[in-house]
Amino acid sequence: MLQSILFLLLLVAAFGFFAWQVRKIRANILVGRERDVSGNAAERFQKTILVAFGQQKMFKRMTPALLHLVVYVGFLVINIEVIEIVIDGLFGNIFGFHRALKFLGPVYDLLMATNEILAALVIVAVAAFWWRRNSNPPLKRFTGPELRLWPKMDANIILYVEVALMLALFFMNTADLKLHAMRGEDLPGTFPVSNLLVGLLPTNEGTLHVLERLGWWIHITGILLFLNYLPSSKHFHIILAFPNVWYSRLVPQGQFSNVESITNEVKAMMDPSFVVPPAPTAPDGSPLPPAPFGAKDVEDLPWTNLLNAYSCTECGRCTSVCPANLTGKLLSPRKIIMDTRDRMEEKYNSPLIFRPNVYGAEAKHEPVTDLMEATLLRGKVTPEELWACTTCNACVESCPVNINPLDSIIEMRRFLVLEESAAPNSLNVMFSNIENNGAPWAFSPSDRFNWADDLFAAEKAGATAVA
Amino acid sequence: MADLAARNESPEILFWVGCAGAFDDRYKRVTRAFVRILEHVGTKYAVLGLEESCTGDPAKRAGNEFLFQMQAMQNITTLNGYGIKKIVTACPHCFNTIKNEYPALGGDYEVIHHSTYLQQLINEGKVGVTGGESFKGRRITFHDSCYLGRANNIYEAPRDVLAALDADLVEMKRSRANGLCCGAGGAQMWKEAEPGKKEINIERTEEALATLSGKAEALANLGGVETETSAPGPHDLQGSIIAVSCPFCMTMMSDGVKNKEQESKVQVFDLAELVASAEGINA
Repeated sequence: MLQSILFLLLLVAAFGFFAWQVRKIRANILVGRERDVSGNAAERFQKTILVAFGQQKMFKRMTPALLHLVVYVGFLVINIEVIEIVIDGLFGNIFGFHRALKFLGPVYDLLMATNEILAALVIVAVAAFWWRRNSNPPLKRFTGPELRLWPKMDANIILYVEVALMLALFFMNTADLKLHAMRGEDLPGTFPVSNLLVGLLPTNEGTLHVLERLGWWIHITGILLFLNYLPSSKHFHIILAFPNVWYSRLVPQGQFSNVESITNEVKAMMDPSFVVPPAPTAPDGSPLPPAPFGAKDVEDLPWTNLLNAYSCTECGRCTSVCPANLTGKLLSPRKIIMDTRDRMEEKYNSPLIFRPNVYGAEAKHEPVTDLMEATLLRGKVTPEELWACTTCNACVESCPVNINPLDSIIEMRRFLVLEESAAPNSLNVMFSNIENNGAPWAFSPSDRFNWADDLFAAEKAGATAVA
Repeated sequence: MADLAARNESPEILFWVGCAGAFDDRYKRVTRAFVRILEHVGTKYAVLGLEESCTGDPAKRAGNEFLFQMQAMQNITTLNGYGIKKIVTACPHCFNTIKNEYPALGGDYEVIHHSTYLQQLINEGKVGVTGGESFKGRRITFHDSCYLGRANNIYEAPRDVLAALDADLVEMKRSRANGLCCGAGGAQMWKEAEPGKKEINIERTEEALATLSGKAEALANLGGVETETSAPGPHDLQGSIIAVSCPFCMTMMSDGVKNKEQESKVQVFDLAELVASAEGINA
């Protein structure tokens, strides 16, 4: 009875606390600008099934894809056992039952067996992940100035917790198996891994009972604590990857967003009869301050880009294929995404444990400590990073959860150019060439047709071959 | 186009030349090659001539949305004025912009990149790529343009065109969706690169040359262990070709080949030039 009450309190506290943290993050995401994500439910559904549930884009790299698949499927299957643990924890002690799902019979056997095998494989996969990150030198995509201090620690904490949870599971099952065996009873379920471990435990019934309970409590408490760690961690991707893929862009990757306010201005310039739609107003009818062109800070970005920032698991596939980054330039698409999250949590709500990254000497700009002056563009992302982008879409293509760093880069370039006139000088020359000559190079527009001059000089017969 | 319109005729396709195709000396040869192909197969085509203006692609990607939309609206007015339905262009940047970004501003056209158009001509048997220069046995590698490939998912059309040449086609390790940018997109063409260890076009050219010489394959077989850094690959580079389908890629890869002092051995050609040569109509 006492155990049930304790468990109920723990459960309510954990989920309540989690909901409170998620609300903070939701509020952060919703400070972003509107972006039309309506329609096309069928296409979005298909994308979510393939990319999020089906891990489609992970399989561009086989080794990590298989390791990740083990942890992912393990997570899904072990969660079925968590349901049983919750039922047992709430009612088992009161009504005197144990292992509530045993009525499933052979299915239960299969479930438990799958569970144990996956749990063992998870430990193997996690060990491999740990090695890839912490060996000397680590895998290249796990390096870079944005992946030190907290992000590095966060990644390792996740791996340690996952191993601890799996070990608790084995502890619980092994003790339970031995307990039942000693009492001459049959434990429902099949436990291929725990069966091998039975010999390691003492043969005292009282101790075994305590060990079984200990394993049980550590496993479920660990899961509930981990749940509340997620909002502070890159591991939050296990939840947000799904909505993030759902809301990802369905248009061709080469199609950049259209700025409607500019469309209206241009139309008004070109056609005097064009009626500019009224500016949006606040609910009380007062005019809203005009939104800046492009993005200077997080609230200027579309909310989907802010959701992107919370869905990022910092794997660095984007940065590892970025041509600018590959050739030693400052741009790292992952850093842009991580900076966006850091900035949201610095300016708005922050979950309990989260620590923004600190770049130190590599920041390449004066640290802006005054919160009022700081923005995403001032103190986090530098123009040098933004101007190094070739808009090649390699980062977008590579992201396993359809994050689009390029979209944010272009929004910030728009701010630099349209609000601050802060484009590199050579680009200003290009702009004025287009404006004056209709071409990005300094050529006379009257020479545009010269290419055709000597085209058919040899066969002058058809004098107007080219209309 | 104005001439055709004056005669109250409309073309089958409008060939959008693009700024590089009109002004860049190297890419003008591509423009001419493509026009020769159009003439050769008897397509009724037109060009805008002096009425064409920059699509606004570099402006948009550099963040100058205002200038982009001014350019777009101006071009859309011209195109709609002539009632244009179908546009073919040899520039993936023009292609992407007109195809994907003009519709929201009132410009709806069927837009085709010349690689797709050439593929169609070959499939229809209109271009047989015989009678001219033979590419048999020559090693060709295709450099994917970002704005054709990742941006618009066109990977096979240029390869189909090259396959028709009967050449020895070799793929770089980073190709198709994993292709590496030439370094000129996103308005990089018009500015100095940010400080780094290397220029992007050099990185890409090195990959192309290693692939053409067979060094990349040889290295892969050795498990990536390079025993002697300057060791030549099993294939002689003489006569090899880097095929491109974008004016920016053309400039960047040509510069890269020059930088590596291989211009006497390796040539950079656009698909249209290769087809015209194979057809014996490239002057």
